[in-house]
Amino acid sequence: MFETTPIVVGLDIGTSKVCAVVGEINDSGGLNIVGVGQSKSRGVRKGEVVDATLAGEDIRNAIVEAEQMADTEIRSVYLGVTGGHIRGLNNRGFHPVVSNDREITDDDVQDVIKNARAINLPAENKVLHVIRQLFLVDGQDGIVNPVGMFGASVAVDVHVVHGNLNRLQNPIRAVKNLQLEIEDVVFSGLASSLALLNNHQKEMGSLVIDIGAGTTEFVVYSNGIIKHTGVIAVGGDHLSNDLAYGLKVPLSRAEQLKIDHGSALVEPEIKGHTITLTNDLGIPEKTINLEHLRRIMSLRLGEIFQLIAKELDQSDLLSHVREGVFLTGGCSRIPGIETLANQSFHLPVTLGKTNSISGLKSALDQPEFAAAIGLARFGSFEMRKRSQEKPGLQTTITQTFKNLFGRS
Amino acid sequence: MRESIPDLNSGSSSQPLTIKIIGVGGAGSNVVAEMQRSDLGAIPALILHTNSRILNLDTKAQKMVLGARRTHGLGTGGDPEIGRAATEDQEEPLRQFCQGADLIFIVAGLGGGTGTGAAPVVARVAKDSGALALAVVALPFDFEGNRRTKQAQVGLVNLKSAADAVICLPNQKLFHILDEQTPVTETFAASNDLMTQGVRGIWQMLTRTGLINVDFSYLRSVVHDRHTESMFASAEARGEARVREVLDRLVASPLLEEGRVLQESSDVLVSLVGGPDLTITEVNKIMEQLNRRVTEGQLILGAAIDPTQTGCIRLTIVASRPNRDLAGQSVPELSRLSPPPTLKGEIEAPFFDELTVNLSQSRFKAPPPATTPENTELLLQQLNGQSDRTRRHSSKRLKQEMFNLEIVSKGRFEKSEPTIHHGEDLDVPTYIRRGVVLN
Ligand SMILES: Nc1nc2c(ncn2[C@@H]2O[C@H](COP(=O)(O)OP(=O)(O)OP(=O)(O)O)[C@@H](O)[C@H]2O)c(=O)[nH]1
Ligand SMILES: Nc1ncnc2c1ncn2[C@@H]1O[C@H](COP(=O)(O)OP(=O)(O)OP(=O)(O)O)[C@@H](O)[C@H]1O
Ligand SMILES: [Mg+2]
Ligand SMILES: [Mg+2]
Repeated sequence: MFETTPIVVGLDIGTSKVCAVVGEINDSGGLNIVGVGQSKSRGVRKGEVVDATLAGEDIRNAIVEAEQMADTEIRSVYLGVTGGHIRGLNNRGFHPVVSNDREITDDDVQDVIKNARAINLPAENKVLHVIRQLFLVDGQDGIVNPVGMFGASVAVDVHVVHGNLNRLQNPIRAVKNLQLEIEDVVFSGLASSLALLNNHQKEMGSLVIDIGAGTTEFVVYSNGIIKHTGVIAVGGDHLSNDLAYGLKVPLSRAEQLKIDHGSALVEPEIKGHTITLTNDLGIPEKTINLEHLRRIMSLRLGEIFQLIAKELDQSDLLSHVREGVFLTGGCSRIPGIETLANQSFHLPVTLGKTNSISGLKSALDQPEFAAAIGLARFGSFEMRKRSQEKPGLQTTITQTFKNLFGRS
Repeated sequence: MRESIPDLNSGSSSQPLTIKIIGVGGAGSNVVAEMQRSDLGAIPALILHTNSRILNLDTKAQKMVLGARRTHGLGTGGDPEIGRAATEDQEEPLRQFCQGADLIFIVAGLGGGTGTGAAPVVARVAKDSGALALAVVALPFDFEGNRRTKQAQVGLVNLKSAADAVICLPNQKLFHILDEQTPVTETFAASNDLMTQGVRGIWQMLTRTGLINVDFSYLRSVVHDRHTESMFASAEARGEARVREVLDRLVASPLLEEGRVLQESSDVLVSLVGGPDLTITEVNKIMEQLNRRVTEGQLILGAAIDPTQTGCIRLTIVASRPNRDLAGQSVPELSRLSPPPTLKGEIEAPFFDELTVNLSQSRFKAPPPATTPENTELLLQQLNGQSDRTRRHSSKRLKQEMFNLEIVSKGRFEKSEPTIHHGEDLDVPTYIRRGVVLN
């Protein structure tokens, strides 16, 4: 085992499937995906582990499959977390410049970031990420690096992602029970955005939306920095549940109808079309009105987009998204979803591609994998960062994020 | 199912519902005054009439005389146009009363001038103020004459397009449960009684924090469809044979047309209130039997325990069925409303048939929001302190908490925390929350 190239593993415990992605760090520090393992997820609802036993089995299966494919042993993972309890917020920290000559030093920068981290959160909340945005010197904003500048005061804006500690602990415990180490815990919305966006897209301003089975994560970048993150605990399961209720069919049938006949749009020409359901014996049992099916889906998906648009509009962020909207997660497969998103955001909409990752075979460019691939990518950055570090100098997640989500 | 004992303030749909009642015209005022004397007195009420004699009515409901300028408090002389115009003059105070309500019951008798003309205006104002406008109206007896009947029909059409839903109680249907000699006043009393029970059932279903809560959105979805007509019925029974009796009484309700309404309904909302002695077997039996009756549609169950009602079961249903007459609104509704009286025993299969409790599961049934037997089992176990989760708590504490145990049957999302976004429960299908009618 001594000779092997270092590997990183991204583990995404999704609502519909658990996915483990194994990446190798190549000589140039890039990431090659060498293995993927998947398992149906039975112990997760709305992105959160609700049944530790089932979740444990499913995680194990995904890990074993990934190990076999990559022909390696997995000891540690970068774990993705999500759920309706996770929140993103922007905070500003201030710091008076202390040196006599008023030249801003590294220490000032460390101090101001420390101040920005100090947000008032309820005790049961835990900060997941503090991501540096831009600095201000004597009120002048938009400064990437203030070190060496002169000023009486320095301020920094940070984006903080936090969540409920107890709820974050559920997936962590499930993984630790399998004797796996956790290298780091990462908000899975950030991970998906990492898998999808290149630097240019981050710079121009992009909105990434990952619509999975139980949750929808969204992340906004502009000028190369993270402006906003959010989660709505609504996803493909809601589509199925709505259909089961509205069409009066069992949930499993609704899930299948969604995939076979679903669309985000209600096109006028489908009016009057029906789908005939047969029972086990092939005898027609029920007819479904296709227009109803699509209307139920369209209303739900449209609502998800509207909720996001409304939230972003409140902080006037949509005008910063110049590159457009990138959709991912299993629900981005729904026909017509780009058009519907375009109607809600009035922005160009693309289905996100994960093949910006070097070495990744196109077979792995599936929207369901975005989060897991992004986690591996996160890991590769962090590993590279660590190996570059002089011994004794501590890596902070802030620095990692500066590299990952900030200007490179 | 919630994992924890929920605290009292964090209901699923955040704030409690605000419900108000408006009685319109002579009949509406009488019925609402009567409701105010019962437990329904807890609901803020307003009565409206063109006749100033309502001011003498002994009730704690607010009163408003309509069109004093037009009619000098002397009524409409039976002209709905006057009722309508008088109300439109006074929309502002009406709007103020409606402010902040989630659900407004509008109670009236159709056929005269005030109820017929004013109720649609009241419904529109209520709806505009953001409430679900649910009208509960009596329709005239045949003997009241053709003009009233016609007028009532026109009023009904107007009301249906103004309100979210109209629940009708054709007085004529009461005839075959009352004997010939019953004086008209008593007949009205019976009709008032039924309207009160219907409103009470819906009110309890929505506000009692129950074993199984019925979300407001489901009521909305059941009654919202313009192409259906909504009916209600209520029954109560106590004693050993209470399950059988409450079912028999319910189906014997004249409003259910010998059970035909159940058969033809697309959605049936069931509210079951029992004493602390209510058992799982009883809930199951009632649901099974209703299930057999409701052959086309879906049943939505809400259940609550009323600690003061030991020994008693009260069953209330709101049923909606496709309105066959709707296409031709000219078809006089009332001609259909008086079916040839049949001898009950003749056509009724025994409603409660102990030999056939096993239901065939062949037909489609949506999982949410109807409760599952397992779910019901579980919650009743909890009630009796048998589940693992509740065993830890002292039984005394449990007894107090069990009435607040809130279990919203949510299909796929049963195991997870509800997705509440700015006070809205996103687990409820969007189309339902938007009031979109699939038709
Ligand atoms: N249930 C019930 N129905 C009533 C009662 N009084 C009248 N009705 C019915 O309601 C219909 C309308 O009567 P009212 O409510 O007195 O009429 P109004 O709306 O006040 O109209 P005008 O008096 O003509 O201005 C009648 O045709 C009766 O069938 C009552 O006390 N209870
Ligand atoms: N062709 C399709 N049409 C409609 N829905 C689809 C299609 N393909 C996949 N889905 C839906 O996508 C969802 C799964 O997506 P994904 O794998 O991204 O979710 P997840 O990561 O397991 O869940 P989450 O991130 O919410 O915890 C399921 O609800 C599935 O039904
Ligand atoms: Mg997701
Ligand atoms: Mg996912």
